[in-house]
Parts: sequence; C-alpha cells; structure tokens
Amino acid sequence: MTTSRDTIFANLRTALPESAPLPDLPPTGPWQTFDDPLARFSEVLESVGGLCVRVPSLEAADQQLNQIPEWQQAVVRVSVVDGVGDSTIDPDAISDPHDLESVDFAVLSGHFGVAENAAIWVTDDTVRHRVLYFLPQRLAMVIPSRQIVHNMHEAYGRLKIGQHAFAGFISGPSKTADIEQSLVIGAHGARALTVFAVDSL
Amino acid sequence: MSHPSLAGAFTANRDRAHWHDRALWFVREKRDRMASSVPEWEDLRQHASAIKMHTMSQLPHYLEQFEKNAIAAGAQVHWAIDGDEHNRIVHEILQRHGVRKLVKSKSMLTEECQLNPYLEKHGIEVIDTDLGERIVQLRNEHPSHIVLPAIHIKKEEVGECFHQHLGTEKGASDPKYLTEAARQHLRERFCSADAGITGVNFAIAETGGFVVCTNEGNADLGVSLPKIHIACMGIEKLVPRASDLAVFLRLLARSATGQPITTYSSHFHGPRQGCELHIVLVDNGRSEILKSSEFRRSLNCIRCGACMNTCPVFRRSGGHSYESTIPGPIGSILTPLRTPEAHSSLPFACSLCGSCTDVCPVKIDLHHQLLAMRGFLDRKRLIGMSKKVAMKLMSGLLSQTWMYTTAGKAARTALRWLPRFAVYNPLNPWGRQRELPDAPPESFRDLYRKHQAQPSTSVSGSEDSDRSKSQGGHHDNIA
Repeated sequence: MTTSRDTIFANLRTALPESAPLPDLPPTGPWQTFDDPLARFSEVLESVGGLCVRVPSLEAADQQLNQIPEWQQAVVRVSVVDGVGDSTIDPDAISDPHDLESVDFAVLSGHFGVAENAAIWVTDDTVRHRVLYFLPQRLAMVIPSRQIVHNMHEAYGRLKIGQHAFAGFISGPSKTADIEQSLVIGAHGARALTVFAVDSL
Repeated sequence: MSHPSLAGAFTANRDRAHWHDRALWFVREKRDRMASSVPEWEDLRQHASAIKMHTMSQLPHYLEQFEKNAIAAGAQVHWAIDGDEHNRIVHEILQRHGVRKLVKSKSMLTEECQLNPYLEKHGIEVIDTDLGERIVQLRNEHPSHIVLPAIHIKKEEVGECFHQHLGTEKGASDPKYLTEAARQHLRERFCSADAGITGVNFAIAETGGFVVCTNEGNADLGVSLPKIHIACMGIEKLVPRASDLAVFLRLLARSATGQPITTYSSHFHGPRQGCELHIVLVDNGRSEILKSSEFRRSLNCIRCGACMNTCPVFRRSGGHSYESTIPGPIGSILTPLRTPEAHSSLPFACSLCGSCTDVCPVKIDLHHQLLAMRGFLDRKRLIGMSKKVAMKLMSGLLSQTWMYTTAGKAARTALRWLPRFAVYNPLNPWGRQRELPDAPPESFRDLYRKHQAQPSTSVSGSEDSDRSKSQGGHHDNIA
C-alpha cells in the first residue's frame, strides 16, 4: 500500500529545483555588535516592557527582589535560584504542573542574554515543570552580567540545540496588541519581568 | 464574490477604511525603524532567501533528516497529503486520548485545512488562544490578517463581543481592561484543556525539533499543561541547521510587528516526560507549487505579514475581501494556485507597485509573481472578457505612436477643461475617492524635444529624476 508519505516524497522528487548553495553563517561574522552589550540589553529590555537591574552579587539581587512590592505581596512564591528569594511551595515536589496555577511570583535562572533583542536563553533542566516560565503572574530572571552576547548568530554559536525537550528565548513580559494595536503588557504569560544581571556569576 | 465587489463594500465606509489603512501603516513604519536599525539587514534577507532556496532544492532529503531526528527525540511523525487527511490524523490522536477540550495557538495551516469546524463537528471544543484569534472566533469570523487577526475590528466592537461572551461591562472598550478579561477567561481554558495544538514557525532538519514564536505566551501555556502536544506544519517550514534560526529570528518579528524579537521563541525537541508530542507534516498542494519554476519561491514565505501591512490595496480593502486564509500579496499567489476558479480576481488586486517585494524578509519576487499569476489564470481561461477586451484595446493604443500621442493630448485637454461633474461621476471609477492629477502643460515627448534643441542648458527637474533613481530601488532586490 502506498502511504501518503510515499506519495509526498515521490511527488517532491519529480521536479526539484536546481540546487542552490547554503550560505555560511559564522557566529562571529559581519554581524551587528555593541560597545556595551549589557547597556544595550537593558535598553532593549525596557523598550519591550521589562526591567534590567545590574547587581554585584546574588545577595544584592535578593535585596533588590525584596523591595519589589509585588514580590512582597506575593502569596505563592517560587525561587529556583539559591540565595535569591524563597519558595512557599516546593515546585520539585509537585507532579502535576496544573498545581502551579496559583504561583504569583517566580524567580528563575537564565543562561545568557542577547544584546540586540534582550532575549534570554532558558532551558527546562533548571525547572521540573517548564510551565513555570509561562504560568506565574510575575517573573524575575537571574543571569550572569558577563554573559551577554551581541547578536543571535553568536547566541546559536554557543548552543547545542536539541539537548532539551524545551528551551527557548524569552524577551520581556508577555504582551499583545491585538485590540486596535494598543500594546498591553500581560497577555497570557508573565505580567512583568525583572532581570537581575549579576556580576559575581 | 470577487475582490473588487468585496473591497467595494469595505471602502463604502470611508472612515473605517481610512482607519484600517492607518493602523497597518503604523505597523509598517515600526517595521521600517527596526529594519534600518540593523546594518546587515539586506544581507540577512539575502541569507534567508538563499537558505530557503537551498532547502527547497533538497526538500526530500531535509524532510527525511527531520523525520529521523524528530523520532529519535521521541516525537511521533505523521504525513498528510491534504487538509482532510491532516484533520483525520489530528482527530484520531485526540480521540485515542478522549480529548474533549482543546486549546490551539495561531496556526495558519489549521485555518487552511479548516480543522476547527472538522473537530467541532466531532464534538470537540476548540479554543483559539491568541487574543486576536479568540476575538474573531467568538464573532464567528475568520482572521483578516495572518499576524493581526482582529486588525479589522474596533475596540468598541471587541467590548460588545466580550460583554456578550465573557460578561465584561457593557460599553467598556479599554484594551487593557478587555485584555485582562480575556486573560482570566483563557487561563481557565488553559488549565482545563486536555490537549494543545500549535503551529510551527521553523522546523530544524539537523535536530528534529521546531520553533514556535508568540508574544502572548499562549502556545507555551497551551502545551505545557496538558499531556498531548500536536504541532501542525506545512512541509516547507524546514531549515537545515539550528544556526539558520539566527537569520530567521532576526528577520521575523522585525518584519512582522516591528519588534526586535517575539517575547517567546520556544524550541521543542521531543515530548515532556510522560507526555506525547505529535508532528503532522502537511503537503496540501505544496509539492505541486515546488514543481512550478514561476511560483516556487512563494514557498519561501515565513508568514510575517509585512507584504500585507505595506500593500496599498490590502490596507484599503481589508483582509476579508480576499476570501482567503492567507490574504494580501502572498495570498494572491498561494490561493489562486490552489483554487484558481474561485480566486481569479486576486492577482488583479494589485497595482504592481512592488512595495511587497521591497519589504519581504525572504526576498520573494512578489510583484513579479503577481504579474505571472495573471498569465497563469489567462492560460486557464479564467480572465473575464471585459478585462481582456480592455487590455487588447490598451495594447493597440500603446503600440501606435500617433494613437498614443493623440490620446495623451486629448486627456490633457479634457482634464483641463472638463467641468468637475464630467470627471467625478459614477461612470468614472478613477475619479472615486481621489483627485486626478493636474494635467501637465505639455507631454514628456514635447519636453524632451525642447531639451534636445538646447542641449547646453540644464534641465529643470533633473533633481527629481535623481531622486527617483535612488528611491525606485525595488528592482535591485530582484535576484
């Protein structure tokens, strides 16, 4: 029996276009760079609705976090970064991700940032449930301040894509402009994103 | 119905048509600011085009590679020859798991296959979770734009719709308030859904994974809670390498909405622990398009919508006037390729201005294809007599010098002397909603002759011709 798969492949092979070369895309090619990548990262993050706070140490990040009113008021808190904030529930002890619905504020960790677009690379090995990146009302993300690459080419240059069932770039809090092009921060995901860029990491 | 009659209905409300035009131009301007802030923008477009051309030339190879790697990562891969088979495959997966409620993020492919009505017929509740798509779903409409599905709807109308369906206050129209209401309403759905469906922005052959881009986080929420994730993709969505994503992620959001990148660019490789990931690869006419040397570049499309935002016809006629899942310039190629009889008016909804080609991040030669599409439809005998006769007359006139100069003179004289009512009346569609230009005192031919007679003096208007040289750059973009 001929399967749809066979039919599709047979059809595709009947008239393939002439072969064309694949361009070379070196991580440090002729791409945009910035004099001060962290400054650029902060600037772009602010323009997409987030906030970047540079701190010397995790203790300083913790102090800053404690001054955020929404953190103070959060009833259900989760932190997966040792020394920054605390947890009112243990997210690793939860088996069903639906039980994380009530999280008001989560402190998560990112691997590095991208200066050109304020994106942060996150992976699912720092959390048991990936939904923690999307479900909490508010997020803080901790990244090393020295790990800011200039652009996306450099970013992919340091990544081994495919090692994680989930990984991705997050740039700012969730947003929409679907009603008359009015930008509203806080669509379905986090309503706010504070990034702590930590010097000692 | 044809595009002109539907567009006529849209433009009948002048204020609304004007408002729609401005809303899209605002997005186009944001795109321009973003594009000009990246010095290597044109190189990126060139790379994106080259990557896509290369991929298309070896598509079977990359599809096999993708399939192998996706299965190795734990995904289940399905192949669908057309929309019906796609819908059956999705339904079977849902049935096997007893799914009653499904959350779906934006996917033009599932629109193309008409998945929603199919599943609803089989008793499954489908909830579109992109805010714009949810609005059009509640209003029993289709998206009018692939990136901005509710761009044709005013906030007061969203308010009325939410008042009816979500119980918001009557008369409320504040986007912030309405978005918050939708957030609460959809959160409850996210948390109670049995499965999630997403589209695919890019699939990576070398890793067997795929990337989904959203701003709202709806795709991620939709697939991070339930145990079943179904990703539906056209077979043209592949890129060979992960490093190719750098090029496309730099181009996509900047071209689409004028953002540096979408909020979430999620990379999926295999299922969550104890869960299932299904990938449905759909042909639905794509392999036929690939065979056509004239139109295969339309498969490069990454669905950013930039060609719609810039198109003077789309902006003024609205997405619904195309009666097509993908409207605008790119839709006027893709849709008539599939259903030429029903959509033969689409490639004429175009002035061949080339603005779409200028902004396309993957350098599809859109306005050339739109012209070629007219020939394609003519060969199928789908061009109406009135259009053909007018074209014949025009080409006769333009091929005879004396006829052309006489007609030009007649037009200049007429424009100067005819009273307003003779030009601006229902019989002359060219006088509708616009002022005709002032007739020049003499023709270009006369000007040129004068200039030749006195070659030493500088020509008035040379500045203009220089400017038009530097601005009319779209031909440089055509490889």
